[in-house]
Amino acid sequence: MKKFAVIAMLMVAVFVTGCAGQSDSESSIHVFNWGNYINPDVVQMFEEEYGITVIYSTFESNESMYTTIAMGGNVYDVLFPSDYMIYRMIQEELLRPINFDNVPNISHVSERFMGLEFDPQNRYSAPYKWGTLGILYNTTMVNSVIDSWEALWNPDYANLIFMYNSERDSMAVALKLLGYSLNSTNEDEINRARDLLIEQRPLVRAYVTDVVKDLMIAGEAALAVVYSGDAVFTMMHNPDLNYVIPREGSNLWVDAMVVPHNANNPEGAEAFINFMLRPEIAAMNTNFIGYTTANATALEMGLIDPALMEMPGFDITDEEYRRLEVFIDLGEFRDVYTRAFTTVLGS
Amino acid sequence: MRLRKTYLALILMFLYAPIFILMLQSFNASRTMGAWGGFSLHWYAALFQDRNIAQALYNTVTIGLLSATIAAVIGTLAAVGINNMRKGAKKIVLGLSSIPVANPDIVTGVSLLILYLSVFRLVGAGRLGYMTLLLAHIAFNIPYVILSVLPRFKHMNKHLYEAALDLGASPRYAFLKVVVPQLMPGIVTGWVLAFTLSVDDFMVSFFTTGAGVSNLSLIIFSMARTGVNPMINALSTLMFVFVMVLLFIINMRDSIKLKKLGG
Amino acid sequence: MKSKALAYPYIIWMIIFTVIPILLIVHYSFTVTTGNVTSFTLDNLARFFDPLYVNILRRSIVLAAQATGICLLLGYPVSYILAQKEFRDRNILLFLFVVPMWMNFLIRTYAWLTILGTNGVLNSVLTFFGLPPMQLLFNDGAVLLGLVYTFLPFMILPIYVSIQKIDQSLIEGAQDLGANGFNVFRRIILPLSLPGVVSGLTMVFMPAVATFVVSNLLGGGQFILIGNLIEQQFLLVGNWNFGSALALILMVLIVLCNVLLSFLNKETKEEAI
Repeated sequence: MKKFAVIAMLMVAVFVTGCAGQSDSESSIHVFNWGNYINPDVVQMFEEEYGITVIYSTFESNESMYTTIAMGGNVYDVLFPSDYMIYRMIQEELLRPINFDNVPNISHVSERFMGLEFDPQNRYSAPYKWGTLGILYNTTMVNSVIDSWEALWNPDYANLIFMYNSERDSMAVALKLLGYSLNSTNEDEINRARDLLIEQRPLVRAYVTDVVKDLMIAGEAALAVVYSGDAVFTMMHNPDLNYVIPREGSNLWVDAMVVPHNANNPEGAEAFINFMLRPEIAAMNTNFIGYTTANATALEMGLIDPALMEMPGFDITDEEYRRLEVFIDLGEFRDVYTRAFTTVLGS
Repeated sequence: MRLRKTYLALILMFLYAPIFILMLQSFNASRTMGAWGGFSLHWYAALFQDRNIAQALYNTVTIGLLSATIAAVIGTLAAVGINNMRKGAKKIVLGLSSIPVANPDIVTGVSLLILYLSVFRLVGAGRLGYMTLLLAHIAFNIPYVILSVLPRFKHMNKHLYEAALDLGASPRYAFLKVVVPQLMPGIVTGWVLAFTLSVDDFMVSFFTTGAGVSNLSLIIFSMARTGVNPMINALSTLMFVFVMVLLFIINMRDSIKLKKLGG
Repeated sequence: MKSKALAYPYIIWMIIFTVIPILLIVHYSFTVTTGNVTSFTLDNLARFFDPLYVNILRRSIVLAAQATGICLLLGYPVSYILAQKEFRDRNILLFLFVVPMWMNFLIRTYAWLTILGTNGVLNSVLTFFGLPPMQLLFNDGAVLLGLVYTFLPFMILPIYVSIQKIDQSLIEGAQDLGANGFNVFRRIILPLSLPGVVSGLTMVFMPAVATFVVSNLLGGGQFILIGNLIEQQFLLVGNWNFGSALALILMVLIVLCNVLLSFLNKETKEEAI
């Protein structure tokens, strides 16, 4: 039995040190970003200039990113969440204040995106890209003017509709069509929105995420709910496509760079964020992925591809701005959204 | 006979057509699947320049080799020990061993994820990554080694070991020189099985890996989620050719051996 | 050599990596944590009996059963033909049927993504013949096709092995006694190949019922199976309690299937003798 105990202790020790002892060298950072949300050349340029290796991973939704961070066992240095998720992560002490002495390029960020509700003192986040949620449609496949979310319930487009597989975004579509706030915490309103989405199910080809770009470029569907940046990207590749922010209103979002509380290399993270905020770098990213930069200097210096800037959805008018709403974190009520959306998908 | 051959041919076509289409597409200069844009090695060039794929390949191969080898060692020792157990104990150990084999991979995956994160919380440190991935692969590989080695005991000559001891060999020496060689065919089968299972695994890896560590299955999944990617076609072609060559060599070796035995 | 101690490292390993993880799943299934207090509850399991989740499980089972059935229908004749003694190139053919098993599972699924897309290979063929393109991806059919394609070799191999094992003299004896080909098949080959059929059924049904990859890639996000649900609970929602309860239910289901099948196997064996 003694032998048994010795072996047991040895093995547990090896296991624990094996997993706990994996610390990275000072010269690397772990970046966790949305899929297709960066110009790969930028990463390489950063590595060459700073001698820091970037270990890059991607996520599909704010919620999955949050769970990865919250459950522990993963150490990242830079994340790219959206507004409402940043708010939640600040509340739950999952983020670490950024030392902006190391990020002087924050001065390039447009005033419009500073001091927003999710991070009023700008202590935790550095805005990256912004955009809206809207309908991307193929002009050769629609027979009417698309200016309302209602088009997504039009039986003429049965099986020609792609929805976005994200609970907040899909619920927002239905809530807005019903004339409610996309931050509604009224259970009746949620149920009505859920029923509307269930009613729409037979018309929907699929609930997709990043793959929507390829599918729309290839002309697989007439209508798709997309983020404005993906719309701009696809419109550059397929001139038949157009983008609209429906008249009932929609979501305005900002994605920002943040440093998680347990970051291994916060200095490296700050160097990376500062690098990303350089006007030329911000422009390289926007020109590559199509998403509008929050970097005012990059726009003023004319570094952005003019063809992109002319695309609908790249910028918004004041009139559109008034129709838009920013997501806020719903606290405990988010479970109601999760359940509602699972019901829609599982129905 | 003709009907039968036609049927086999149809099923074979069903099994191979998708793979051959992938292989053909990997030489297609055009990005779209439907249109042929001319012959090109462009996607192979892109593949070899992709750092993430190179890293995933490295992880797949090293984890495959390490997990199979470690599982072969622990599994072989375990098989010897189990063989010497009393019937009741043997039954319990074998029953528990069959859990990872009988369980759906997704359950194995999430249960290991819970284990890792619970230990990390307890210790206050640790992270998911290469090490957790390797341990998970060893864990699901060992039972297959045991199951491959155990049947060999039926064919074993028990007296050889005792004879070696009588002739003055130390137990360790006798074990390595007499017992292990007799078990070798089972160990090799177990090792090959473990290696292929590790290389093929997606489900368990999906739950037990962490920041920036992936293997080929994981990278194909994340690329496929963003749509059809010609680089995956090139990668698939290389992997298919590799598997074909490997299996062919194994088969050839076996049939040569058979011929020698027969002659 | 006589020492049981050689198994100790493995037994400890097994306790850490097999027994404790399963106990953790059971633990999370039956508890709920509010604040710092963890208490016993049956809510997680009760929550499953919401029609929403029961339906998802039912759909997973039906789909996996359909895939298994199709694999059996397609695979049995293949194994039967391959096991015929008069076949000369049998080894090469068997080799060809086994190779796809060794292909990476993700690649086998991905291949269909490129074939079934609107601008994919199949539709290019249709358009070439002047036919309108079809929507082949993101529906039940695509998921079913993906499952059958992925798991077919796992049905063929065990059945082949069991047919091949059948003592030739039994068949010859029956023929001498005047049984025709059909009767030989029905009375001898079919019952004696049932163990192979049973292990084929397990090897296909089990991974098919728990998959989330095939449904995710070929079915689109709206195609939720029990595997997708478990994945979501752990990686999206972060609810280990409900996720564990689902995993536990899946585990029990698989155990029940195994018991049922091994029972069936025993019955048929006795009948055959």
